[in-house]
Amino acid sequence: MATIQVVPEKEFQSLSQWQLMKRRFFQHKLAVAAMVVLILFYATAIFCEFIAPYKTTTRNSRYLYAPPQRIRFIDNEGNFSLRPFVYGYKKERDPVTWQEVYTPDPDLKLPIYFFVKGEPYRLFGLFDCDIHLFGIDRSPSEQMLFLLGSDELGRDLFSRVVYGTRISLSIGLIGVFLSLALGLILGGISAIFGGAVDFVIQRIIEIILSIPQIPLWMALSAALPASWSPLQIYFAITVVLSLVTWTNVARIARGKFLSIKESDFVSAARSMGASEWWNITRHLIPNFMSYILVQITLGIPGMILGETSLSFLGVGLRAPIVSWGVLLQQAQKMQVVAMRPWLLLPAAFVVLAVLSFNFVGDGLRDAADPHS
Amino acid sequence: MTGYIIRRILFLIPTVLVISIIAFILMELPPGDFLTSYILQLESSGAQVSEAQIAALRARYGLDEPAYKRYFLWISGIVTRGDFGRSWNWNRPVVELIIERLPYTLVVSLVTMTFQYLVAIPIGIYSAVKRHSLFDYTFTTIGFLGLSVPSFILALILMFFAYTTFGTSIGGLFSAAYREAPWSFAKFVDLLKHIWIPMVVTGMSGSASLIRIMRGVMLDELGKDYIRTARSKGLRERVVIVKHAVRIAINPILSSVTWVLPQVISGGAITAIVLNLPTLGPLLLQSLITQDMFVAGGIILLLSTLTVIGSFISDLLLAWADPRITYD
Repeated sequence: MATIQVVPEKEFQSLSQWQLMKRRFFQHKLAVAAMVVLILFYATAIFCEFIAPYKTTTRNSRYLYAPPQRIRFIDNEGNFSLRPFVYGYKKERDPVTWQEVYTPDPDLKLPIYFFVKGEPYRLFGLFDCDIHLFGIDRSPSEQMLFLLGSDELGRDLFSRVVYGTRISLSIGLIGVFLSLALGLILGGISAIFGGAVDFVIQRIIEIILSIPQIPLWMALSAALPASWSPLQIYFAITVVLSLVTWTNVARIARGKFLSIKESDFVSAARSMGASEWWNITRHLIPNFMSYILVQITLGIPGMILGETSLSFLGVGLRAPIVSWGVLLQQAQKMQVVAMRPWLLLPAAFVVLAVLSFNFVGDGLRDAADPHS
Repeated sequence: MTGYIIRRILFLIPTVLVISIIAFILMELPPGDFLTSYILQLESSGAQVSEAQIAALRARYGLDEPAYKRYFLWISGIVTRGDFGRSWNWNRPVVELIIERLPYTLVVSLVTMTFQYLVAIPIGIYSAVKRHSLFDYTFTTIGFLGLSVPSFILALILMFFAYTTFGTSIGGLFSAAYREAPWSFAKFVDLLKHIWIPMVVTGMSGSASLIRIMRGVMLDELGKDYIRTARSKGLRERVVIVKHAVRIAINPILSSVTWVLPQVISGGAITAIVLNLPTLGPLLLQSLITQDMFVAGGIILLLSTLTVIGSFISDLLLAWADPRITYD
């Protein structure tokens, strides 16, 4: 009996903190599923030229505001084909409203091929390439594949969403690292020096926190010169987002820093003659790492929402940059959206990404906290 | 206690001062001064602007003075005369513009906050008491969704469904018939018919986090010894929960006003832009885009001051509700 109890305990103790975290995280099924979604999202962001069938600027002036095409396996005659296909559109005018109406044309079967030759692009700016994950054969007529419909200029919304993934998700990532760096440095200084320095930093944080976030973001990003290049605007928006959000990190970091500094196991290590270096690398940093990981995953959704909101309002990123928020700008006019609901689809991607980050963050927090 | 209140009030003054400096910096940030864009605007509408007029305007707003002098000109106007400057766009004093919209901003914010607490406190308590029940899981899921759907997307989706099913736009705070009408009972009813949309849309994410906090604190408290003592004394479960656990667990909720208020004002601004409400949010966006900086600066100063006062009130509430806090 005794041996049975001892063996698993021994095995358990030999697990490092990271292994424990990993084990607990994988028990959280929803968090693991969300992690898979995020991996897919970032893969899309990295390989967006390959995954998108078209470029963001490719337009087909024959098909403005074309609705999404349904992917089919069975045609109207009931014939099954393993290769998915879509029907091309027939353009007609509604006799009453005089509006253009697109109806699927059963005579125009457009099979979807995988690893198909399409528009040339440079992968990572290094390799010339023209293979796309999927697409239709470009030779018959001027048909295009519109999985999520097309916009007012006849550009493929799906391709634009795919390219937008890169911008929206990278802004979240870069912004979070900036705010984390600022927050950790200032929070750390606050905790280590204490006294007047601590007082001043804490008051600055309180004041920044008391200014409503979105109005402050709006004011800062509206001040960016219109003459700046898209890339400059992109980085400026990232800086604007993190200038406001570092305060939360700094506050929590300071508290965490102080509590670890005063904790029993650090005093114990110190009284046993451990050097400061040992304390910092062996106790402070490992204790902080899990916290930092949680902060990153919980901080990114806020950044993504910030960018999306600002771009949606027209003070954030602007064309020719394509982000989810920029795409949603078209959805501002209800009269336009009511007729073309697919213009709201980029919102679904925003919600899915943010939801996944929240689930993963929640799972990580549970895994990192030994008391939960 | 009185000493604590006085100290907190004295502390408000430097805070608001620093906020006013930040608001002023934000006004100064856009490249070029606002007079350039004003003159461009005048000239594009065909008006001739003489050199003398420009010089007079420059002198009046102290544009050739150093920044700190302009700051004093601006802030002393606000403090002594309640003069926030003039709007170039509307050609009216900023004060008038703000006062038109301030009451609606306050009403929408307060209604939203009340909604958040009325929803979050009972649900949080019930979820904690009936942990792992269907109710608990349902609201945890809704809470996650509430945190993940940004308010402007929620507003867009609601508007879309209202537009396609009822064929009407649900934006604004009043129907067209009542917008200019004097106050009456019917107008009030009309307001109630409209205000629930910004209330739910803005309040969603805040309620979601408040439910999580309330549930978390309640769970902590329910596991403590004094609860076991109360139960072993033979107190009824209702009394144990309401008079013991909730009494303590409510404190973090009271102190949450500090961050809930800025969140409501911030989220409310963007909701108001989508829903086209007559509040300060849309005016702020418009003034920022057209570089009507006295309006923008005034609104940012006002909104921030409001949240500072809000958090001051929440500190007082907490001090009153939690006798464990000492005030020296």
